[in-house]
Amino acid sequence: MAWDWDKLQQKRQSGSGGNASPPPNVDEVLEKIKNVKKKIPGGVPIIIALVILFFIGSSSIFTVAVDEVGVIQRFGKYVRTTPPGLNFKLPASIEKVTKVKVKRVEKEEFGFRTLRAGVRTRYAAASAYENESLMLTGDLNVAIVPWIVQYRIKDPYLYLFKVRNVRTTLRDLSESTMRLVVGDRSINEVISKRDEIAVYAKELLQKELDEAETGIQVKTIEMKKTNVPEPVQPSFNEVNQAVQEKERMVYQANEAYNKVIPAAKGEAEKTIKAAEGYALDRVNRSKGDAARFLSIYNEYTKAKDITRRRLYLEAMQEIFPKMGDKYIVDSDQKNLLPLLNLGKSQGGK
Amino acid sequence: MKTKALIGIIIVFLIVLFSSAYVVDETEQVIITQFGKSIGEPKTKPNLYFKIPLIQQANYFPKNLLEWDGDPGQVPTLDKTFIWVDTFARWKIVDPLKFFQTVNNVVGAMARLDDILDPAVRNLITSYPLMETVRMTNREMDTFETGSGQQLEGQEHRQLGEITTGRQEIIKRILEQAQPKLQAFGIQLADVKIKRLNYVEQVRKSVYGRMIAERRQIAEKFRSEGEGEARKIEGNRERELKRITSEAYMKAQKIKGLADGEATLIYAKAYNKDPEFYSFVKSLDVYKNTMDKESSLVLSTDSDFLEYIKGYRKSK
Repeated sequence: MAWDWDKLQQKRQSGSGGNASPPPNVDEVLEKIKNVKKKIPGGVPIIIALVILFFIGSSSIFTVAVDEVGVIQRFGKYVRTTPPGLNFKLPASIEKVTKVKVKRVEKEEFGFRTLRAGVRTRYAAASAYENESLMLTGDLNVAIVPWIVQYRIKDPYLYLFKVRNVRTTLRDLSESTMRLVVGDRSINEVISKRDEIAVYAKELLQKELDEAETGIQVKTIEMKKTNVPEPVQPSFNEVNQAVQEKERMVYQANEAYNKVIPAAKGEAEKTIKAAEGYALDRVNRSKGDAARFLSIYNEYTKAKDITRRRLYLEAMQEIFPKMGDKYIVDSDQKNLLPLLNLGKSQGGK
Repeated sequence: MKTKALIGIIIVFLIVLFSSAYVVDETEQVIITQFGKSIGEPKTKPNLYFKIPLIQQANYFPKNLLEWDGDPGQVPTLDKTFIWVDTFARWKIVDPLKFFQTVNNVVGAMARLDDILDPAVRNLITSYPLMETVRMTNREMDTFETGSGQQLEGQEHRQLGEITTGRQEIIKRILEQAQPKLQAFGIQLADVKIKRLNYVEQVRKSVYGRMIAERRQIAEKFRSEGEGEARKIEGNRERELKRITSEAYMKAQKIKGLADGEATLIYAKAYNKDPEFYSFVKSLDVYKNTMDKESSLVLSTDSDFLEYIKGYRKSK
C-alpha cells in the first residue's frame, strides 16, 4: 500500500500549500472503491446499502441536552416532544427534529447593552440606546427608563410554529408595554416606584405574549436605574438638596429646642423642690416656735411676775455687753440732747 | 445489463416521487397552481402532499404571525404638539388564495400594510390630544413628593385634565379602521401597537425647560417649608420655656403660700393664749438679735432696769 502513503503525503502538501485547489481525494476515494470492488464480489450494491443504512441510522438517533427538548415533525406536522437523553425518530426527510432550549433563561436589554459581563460588568454608552429608553410619563414629562426582560420558552410548540420572529415580537411588545405602564405614571412614580412598575409591566407583557401565542414565559422584568434626561438632572438634584436642606433646618431647630427645654424642665423642678423645702422649713419652724412659746407660757402662768422679771433681766444681761455706747441719765435731768454727741460716732467712722 | 436497467428505473421513479411530493410545514400553507391558475383548496394543514410534477407548482405562504414595523414619523396631536410615533403590527394570512391573487407575496403585503396602517395611525393620533395617546387610564398619579402644597396640585390637574379615550382605545380604533381594508387581501391584523412615542427634538427642549422650572419651584417650596417648620419649632421652644418656668413659679408660690398659711395658723393658735406675753417674749428676742456694738443706748434711771442704781430701797 505504498502508493496510498504517497498520495496522502501529496495531499498534505497541497493542503498546506493552499485550500483553493480542488481536493484530490475524490479520485482517491473512487480508486479506493474500485480497489475494494475488485476484492469483494458484488460489492457496489452492498456498499450503497451500507451507506444508506448508515445514513438512516445516524439520522434516526439523536440526543437532546438536559436544558432542551426535541420537537419532532413528521412531514412538517408536529407529532411529539421528546425529553432530554438519547431518542429515536424516523429517518431524515420523514421526521425532523428541532431542539429548543426550554430551560435556559434568555435576557433582552432595553435602553442599554452589556458589553462584557463580569465582576465589573461594562455597559455600552446609554445615550446610544436612548431611543429605546426615552419615554413620556403620564404627567407629560420625559423619563429615561432602561430595563431587562428575562424569559424562557414555556411552550416549544407555540414558540416554533405560531410566530415568525419571536425575538422581535418580544422586543416590540416589551417596549410598547413598558411605555403603556410608564405612560400612566408620573415622573416621580417612575423614579421612585420601579418595583411596582416592573411587576405591573410583567403582568401586562405576559398577557400580550400569551395572546400572541409566542410560547414565552416572562421570568422577571428588572428595572435599571430610571432617571430624567440629562439636561433636567441638575434640577432634580436640586429638589433632593432642598429636601435635605429642609430636614437640616428642622433638625437644627429641634437641636436648639432640645438644648433648652430639658434644662428648663430641670430648673423648674428645682424651683418647686426649693419651694417645698421652704414650706417644710416654715412649718417646722412655726411648730418649733409655737412649742417653745407654749412651754414657756405654761410655766409663766404659774408664776407670772417673777418669770417676767427673770426673762427681762436675763435678756438685758445678754444684750448689754453686746452694745456700744451706753448712757445713763438721771431721771431728774432735763434737756439731755446737748450731752449726746451722736454725730461724733458717725463722723469718726 | 439487467441491474443497470433496474437502477435506471428506480432513479426515474425517485425523481418523479420527489418532484411530486411536497411537505407543508406547521408554519406554512400552500396553494397549488397549474399554469398560474390555482387548483383545489389551499393546503393549510401540515402534512405530506402530492402534486403532478412539472405541471403543478406549490406556492408557499407563511401561516404564523408576521410582523410589520411602521415608518416612524412626526405627527401633530389635536393640541398641536408634534410627537414622534413608532408603531408596529402583527398580522397573519387568513385567506391564502385572496392573498396570492391580490398581493402575491409577503413583500407585496408589507407595501399594502404601509399604505393602510401608516395613515390610520396618523389619522387617529391627530384627532386626539397628546394626553389621550400617552395615558391608558385615569389612574390617580403621585405628581409631587409628599408634603406638596394644595396650590401646586391644583395647577397640575388643570393642566393635565382627564382622559376619555386612552391609548388602548385609540389603538383599538386604528385596528378597526385598518382591518376592513385589509380583508380584501386575505390579511388579518392581530393588533397594532405604539412602540415608541416621544416629543420631537424642538418640543423636547421646551419640555425640558418646563421640567426644570417645575423642579425649581418644588425645590423652593421645600426650602420655605423647611424654614417654616424651623420657625414653628423655635416658637414652640419659646412657648415651652415660658410655660415650664411659669408653671414652676406658680407651683412654688402655691406651696410656699400653703406653708406660710399653716405657719400663721400655728403661730396664731399658740400666741393667742396670751398676746401680751407673746409681745413681751418676742420683744426681748428681737432686742437680743438687733442690738450690737453699733447701737447706743440712753437709759433713764427711771427704767426698770436701773431701778436699783440709785438706791437699794424697795421701789415705789
